[in-house]
Amino acid sequence: MRNAFRKAAALLAAGALAAGIAGCAGKPGPANSPADGNASVARALSGTVTVYAAASLKETFTELASAFEAAHPGTKVMLNFAGSSDLATQISQGAPADVFASADTRNMARLSDASLLDGGPRNFATNVLEIAVPRANPASVSSFADLPKPGVKVVVCAPQVPCGAAAEKVEKATGTTLKPVSEESSVTDVLGKVSSGEADAGLVYVTDVKTAGDKVKGIPFTEAAQAVNTYPIGTVGSSKNKDLARAFIELVTGSEGRKVLADAGFGAP
Amino acid sequence: MTTSRNGTANDTPDASPDSGGHGYSGVPRWLYLPAAVGALFVMLPLAAMLAKVNWSQFIPLVTSAASLDALGLSLRTSAASTVVCLVFGVPLAMVLARRPFRGQRLLRAFVLLPLVLPPVVGGIALLYTFGRQGLLGKTLELAGIQIAFSTTAVVLAQAFVALPFLVVSLEGALRTAGKRYEAVAATLGAGPTTVLRRVTLPLVMPGLASGAVLSFARSLGEFGATLTFAGSLQGVTRTLPLEIYLEREADADAAVALSLLLVAVAVAVVGLSYRKPGRQVAA
Repeated sequence: MRNAFRKAAALLAAGALAAGIAGCAGKPGPANSPADGNASVARALSGTVTVYAAASLKETFTELASAFEAAHPGTKVMLNFAGSSDLATQISQGAPADVFASADTRNMARLSDASLLDGGPRNFATNVLEIAVPRANPASVSSFADLPKPGVKVVVCAPQVPCGAAAEKVEKATGTTLKPVSEESSVTDVLGKVSSGEADAGLVYVTDVKTAGDKVKGIPFTEAAQAVNTYPIGTVGSSKNKDLARAFIELVTGSEGRKVLADAGFGAP
Repeated sequence: MTTSRNGTANDTPDASPDSGGHGYSGVPRWLYLPAAVGALFVMLPLAAMLAKVNWSQFIPLVTSAASLDALGLSLRTSAASTVVCLVFGVPLAMVLARRPFRGQRLLRAFVLLPLVLPPVVGGIALLYTFGRQGLLGKTLELAGIQIAFSTTAVVLAQAFVALPFLVVSLEGALRTAGKRYEAVAATLGAGPTTVLRRVTLPLVMPGLASGAVLSFARSLGEFGATLTFAGSLQGVTRTLPLEIYLEREADADAAVALSLLLVAVAVAVVGLSYRKPGRQVAA
């Protein structure tokens, strides 16, 4: 009894250590599912494709994933949404992704510079900033020029994240200096501060305003054209299912993908 | 106090296995292995982070204006939130430990809720309480008090998540200490406030101190509620954890350096002042 315990504990410990060491080495864990144990898979698409996509692509990619699964029976699309920077870090640390769709070219470049992509990335969408205000618009904001006015509580993204970099670009191009009450680390946090009425206005993407529905009002402004964000997509080099990955990218960059993305407010690349 | 427990001298030595005698440790040998795995589980990630530190850049990274602002803000707000926890947590723990009343278990469950609640949820709840459109926020705004996006909001978020740590530690200490000395003091003519001040609080001081330290440490690490409720602006609401979260987006080296700084501060605070749990007042 005592011995059995000891053995089991030793095994567990060894396993934990092995896992730890494998993690340190930055190697991906054994990702093969029992289903694709046999290496000679037929040409017909099957299996699972894991897509790491920027948080702003949640609605569109969820829709496109269903369309993909419907068009290719026997396939499954696993979606993982987070900030592009987080996703790029996870992939470079060996996360088992097949496809990476970034909200900016900078994070995609981090992967391609490290030779972690299979082939070059393709741009598939663009996004521009828009002013979001609470539905009641308490500060009566109607243009970009209203934002620096005293008493208007403006929330933007911090310059370290793509939406903040875009906001900074617009500020520079227009010679305006915003005095934000908060610089958030993600566009969803900006939107949250606006939709809850904490802030009078926020700078977010056109698509975010659409997603938020009638909780916030979007005010497009021409100066936003100074900072257009481009979304690239690419196959991850360590992907075990590159055929499926490419097929998914075809769908996103093809006419069906374009239509879904355009409906959500994304521009053409 | 514990020494007087094992009554008479003709008790066999084995009758008190927990008395910490010599020779017998009470820990089966096989227990060491999972204990070691557990310790490793906590320490390995810290070691991995340590290995990632860019030492040549470490000093400039942690002494940048943004980093120092964040560190200073974190220390100040954590100290303030610890004071808030003491002011409200001590009475709360007294009430919970000393006076049984209807709904006490429910009250305790609610007080402890922030321990298990995701901090984001706490942040949302605070937003709907103290936010501009919130339950109290509207009234406060009419009175000219704005909490949104202020350092006060950071302190509130920290106190919300840290309060249970103080209450749990202190309630435990109060229950272990028992009421005997208080009863004696009362029969000798001391009023309730005198008993509290001269007997109860000195008796539970170690528990109170460790509770305060835990509250401070928890405040220092507070992230989710602050992010959701207070916002993020350098020097005003961007505490060290928020700065780390933001830097991680742009500069991994800076994030790792700041993480190490936070770990060092936390270890210093907890290590220097946290006493063995359960140890009672000796004299």
